[in-house]
Amino acid sequence: MENKAVLTVKDLSVSFHMYDRGLEQYDLSVISNLNLDVRSGEIVAVAGSSGSGKSLLAHAVMGLLPGNAKIRGEICYRGELLTQRRKEILRGKELALVPQSVSFLDPLMRVGSQVRGGRKDEGSRRAQKEIFKRFRLEEQVEKLYPFQLSGGMARRVLVSTAVLSGAEVILADEPTPGLDLEMAVEALNVFRELADEGKAVVLITHDIDLAFHVADRIAVFYAGTTVEVARASDFLEGKEALRHPYSKALWEALPQNGFRPIPGFQPYAKALPKGCLFGPRCPHKTEGCEREIPMRELRGGYVRCIHAD
Amino acid sequence: MNLAASERRISGIGKERFFLNRRARLAVWTGILFAALAGVWLAGVLIGGGQVAADFSAKGLAPSLAHPFGTDMLGRDMLIRTVKGLSVSIVVGTVASGVSAVIALIVGIAAAAGISWLDHLMNWLIDLVMGIPHTVLLILISFACGKGLKGVLIGVAVTHWTGLARIIRSEVLQIRSQQYIAVSRKLGHSGRWITVHHILPHMVPQFLIGLILLFPHAIMHESSLTFLGFGLPPEQPAIGIILSEAMKYISVGKWWLAFFPGLMLVILVLLFDRLGENLKKLLDPYSVHE
Amino acid sequence: MRIEARHVSFRYGERLPWVLKDRSVSLEEGERVGLTGPSGCGKSTLVRLLAGYLKPTEGEILLDGKPLPQKQVSPVQLIYQHPEKAINPRWKMKKVLQESGMYREEVMTALGIEKDWLERYPRELSGGELQRFCVARSLFQGTKFLLADEMSTMLDVITQAQIWNLMLKEVDERGLGLLVVTHNKELAKRVCTRVISLGS
Repeated sequence: MENKAVLTVKDLSVSFHMYDRGLEQYDLSVISNLNLDVRSGEIVAVAGSSGSGKSLLAHAVMGLLPGNAKIRGEICYRGELLTQRRKEILRGKELALVPQSVSFLDPLMRVGSQVRGGRKDEGSRRAQKEIFKRFRLEEQVEKLYPFQLSGGMARRVLVSTAVLSGAEVILADEPTPGLDLEMAVEALNVFRELADEGKAVVLITHDIDLAFHVADRIAVFYAGTTVEVARASDFLEGKEALRHPYSKALWEALPQNGFRPIPGFQPYAKALPKGCLFGPRCPHKTEGCEREIPMRELRGGYVRCIHAD
Repeated sequence: MNLAASERRISGIGKERFFLNRRARLAVWTGILFAALAGVWLAGVLIGGGQVAADFSAKGLAPSLAHPFGTDMLGRDMLIRTVKGLSVSIVVGTVASGVSAVIALIVGIAAAAGISWLDHLMNWLIDLVMGIPHTVLLILISFACGKGLKGVLIGVAVTHWTGLARIIRSEVLQIRSQQYIAVSRKLGHSGRWITVHHILPHMVPQFLIGLILLFPHAIMHESSLTFLGFGLPPEQPAIGIILSEAMKYISVGKWWLAFFPGLMLVILVLLFDRLGENLKKLLDPYSVHE
Repeated sequence: MRIEARHVSFRYGERLPWVLKDRSVSLEEGERVGLTGPSGCGKSTLVRLLAGYLKPTEGEILLDGKPLPQKQVSPVQLIYQHPEKAINPRWKMKKVLQESGMYREEVMTALGIEKDWLERYPRELSGGELQRFCVARSLFQGTKFLLADEMSTMLDVITQAQIWNLMLKEVDERGLGLLVVTHNKELAKRVCTRVISLGS
């Protein structure tokens, strides 16, 4: 590979140790055999069903999972295996998260100061003013406290924070909902520029039609596992260029591509099917699908399906 | 937490299959604590008057096998007196903290009902009760109600609800601001319906924990009130009475008269405190899965 | 029936800036209207005013020329962006439907609600599954208007398409008025018969 991966996630599994009604405990498996890698200079968009483990992946990388989570598999940054302590050291410096909600901000600290990461020097002040201007945030916004922000403003503030952190890897968890099209495109352009400067960006999003245009590759998640990694251009090309039946279904469900959803639901984490997790909804399902399905290379991408060609 | 710690955590999960998981351990503990307290209460009820009759042939005996806690100056066994005293304390504690917790619930919910003058009134009431030193207020109320059991009960009950009322008020306010409450209103439900179906169930854990944690306070205050002579009458076998009688004999070396009943009182209070903390861990949604 | 906002303005307090200034919109029964506009232009505030969750500081909200009913079941129902916040986390899903009297076979079939979801708690369901319940409980007899505030933004595209298709079918059959707040132009094109744009 010409450019080595900065962040690699290999066979990651996450489960939560939960209590049932009474005293029984069980392990709720939320991510299984998940693979992802990001190189510097590229944006990998992560798309997939709600509850397919997209946010949990980001939290696992940042070391933010709650105490009852059990992690298996490897998360490596520049070839170094990340332990919880390493994650805590790198967090905010080398690895930055654009969280999903304002509740991740310190409620008692003014927004401007948080975006600068507490730095007060002239350089970071200027950088912060610049990014605010770019996001059409008025100057007085930096004096506000998080609870005074509207949904869209909060989203822009969160993105600014990650931009100014100077981190090498940026994980953006749904940075666009609540933003109008123009603003969403602006935010995505900011990520594109960061990538062009050599950072690695993981963009978790439901707005896949926007992501096609800025991302380099798209990883499709389903029920806590990676089902396909495709070039962004494959999505623009159309259904035929895609590999996994779920990715094809995503493409078809877009309002601009027919708005036709496949029936059924993502399996409940308590009752996952055997073998292929998409099996119960798949039109091509055969007996072979009930075995463990490995990820394989196909047409310049990766797919977890025995029928794809 | 570092990797070693998380590994430990994972292996810890394995271990729990052989022993008991945290919730089961807590439940067992809570059961034992509850049984112990119920046992003391029952023992006190079952002890008849005959067993605490005066026996001047055995007065002022130091602790021995026959009388583990010694005997008092009337020759009564101190172990039996202590148990009976604690039993009375538990009854007083139950009634007083029960009434107190109910007052707290009513005041808390009324304050958070969204009616501004009511909130002001309730807050003023809370501040008023909180502002006067506890013991002074207790003595005043108990004295005004004619001392005795009734005075103590009323005194303790009407002075201990303030903290819990504040907690419940803020909790209710927080729930009232939720979207699902606004939705419920638009589905045509009345304020009373919403209070009963949405808000009260959320208050159950707070209420129970608050109730149990009121116990130690109630018991301590009953004892101190009685000790000072404003509480239960001298013929009642209360811990406060025992302790205040014992004060007279400490200087002549009869240390066991105060030591054992005092120690037992402290243990009783700690048991209730533990019970409350355990319940909190079992019911609190934030720690429930740990 | 017709619902309209007539010259409404809104702010949270005397000294605070206006969130919404002098806006008028109207919606007929049977009409499907999209509401778009830049972030922070007051779209969410406007739908909250229309649904009666907020009271306008100036101007009025009228239902067939009369003010909105305050204390009874509202014929104008709002569906939020985050279903998990709009459902009591301690209730089983069955009770959520019972609350609005919509624990009925035909509603559940219409919105694709599975039987075994009913015995679960909200945290055991995904956002898309919860949103079906939010739609279901709003669809009782008296409902005339549905307002959807970014209802599907947090959902993946398949779930989004599933819910919209089911919902549009119900809206059509009952001849309800639908107001859709969205940033997604393609979605607005698909779903709405008319689009109102709120400039900043």
